[in-house]
Amino acid sequence: MRIHLPNSAWIGNIDPFLRNFDSANPKKLEITAHKKWISVHPVVLSMIAALGLKVGKSNIRCEKLEAASKHYLERMGLFKLLEIKSGIKVIEHESAGRFIPLSQITNSQELTDFIKDMIPLLHLEPKQVEPIKHIVSELARNVLEHSESKYGAILSAQYYKKSNTIRIGIADTGIGIKETINRSHFASTHLKAIKLALTPGITGTTRREGGTEFNVGAGLFIIKSIAKVNRDFFMIYSGNSLYKLLKEKLDRKHIKLYADPFKDKHSEDENLPFWQGTIVGIDISLDATEEFAILLDLIRRTFVKTIKERKKEKYKRPRFV
Amino acid sequence: MIIKLIKITSSFAENKDLARTIRIKKIIPALNQKKKITLDFTGIDSATQSFIHALISEVIRKYGIEILDKIYFKNCNETVKKIIKIVVEYMQESI
Repeated sequence: MRIHLPNSAWIGNIDPFLRNFDSANPKKLEITAHKKWISVHPVVLSMIAALGLKVGKSNIRCEKLEAASKHYLERMGLFKLLEIKSGIKVIEHESAGRFIPLSQITNSQELTDFIKDMIPLLHLEPKQVEPIKHIVSELARNVLEHSESKYGAILSAQYYKKSNTIRIGIADTGIGIKETINRSHFASTHLKAIKLALTPGITGTTRREGGTEFNVGAGLFIIKSIAKVNRDFFMIYSGNSLYKLLKEKLDRKHIKLYADPFKDKHSEDENLPFWQGTIVGIDISLDATEEFAILLDLIRRTFVKTIKERKKEKYKRPRFV
Repeated sequence: MIIKLIKITSSFAENKDLARTIRIKKIIPALNQKKKITLDFTGIDSATQSFIHALISEVIRKYGIEILDKIYFKNCNETVKKIIKIVVEYMQESI
């Protein structure tokens, strides 16, 4: 496999970076980078870290980085997590208020501890922290419960002062959304599987409305809803497909959530290099953080309406002949 | 019977494994003994939908929605109340 760290890769312009990913020869990883400047979303680092952990340190070849911003990769803990030498020397700064370095989460307790430790690092107001905690918990638990990845969830996040935004990336190298969803539903393509995974009340664990004792299929819908209401980017990449929620102008008084993610302003691509597993990236603008409680009302109404509609579709009437 | 959740979970209640343990080891045995239950959320700043689902959805499915007459949710803040409402409403529509 070969992955190139480009000059710029944020959710808004991540498509060329993904297209450039070479997934051939899955037992080796070659990392190359832009020579002058690397400016990337944490989701890019989470992807590279996930690939690196999968192939193992002895199978990683990382070219000597020349970009002036190469220190960022060191500070985000990429080389430390992969146990490879970068040759980059940096003076470690206090990370509070800036970033959450690459972290590997492999079990439930690790996640609980991670969330507890993560909050003080962000130095944010409780109102701003609320959706971030939910996003991290729901995404990482999805990985732990459904991905079957040997390496767990690889997570990183960064606070950007200029845009007052938190950007979060999480990657796994597990079975991917299509295989998970197809355990209970039918999705012929990776994109169709992503669509189902984003639909409220659809889980790979059962076809039953109301889910199992443990899953109901709400987590990704809630996360997409947080992004939509706050007019933030959100992306899911799994198999050969990418779904990207785009920013759209919203009438704040009449915000509507859709159960069908394809009704939201989005872009999609089903011809990307194959990613064995799932990647999720999200931006949370802290200026626009809608009251979480208001958002929860919208989520409840949409969720219940969707179940009612699905039940109506399945409703059988007696046939009189 | 009062179950103080903060003694078991952190102030951000998100660990579904703990929610499941509370349900299996405390809530269901108490309901089987015809006891009323108070889930005390004092000290819980927030909870995920997944946590609340793992805590009560199976109880609603097993005993029917009437079981909510025997379960009280105490000292919930606005966020927690809304998340409980989400789970109760979709379970009510589902069973």
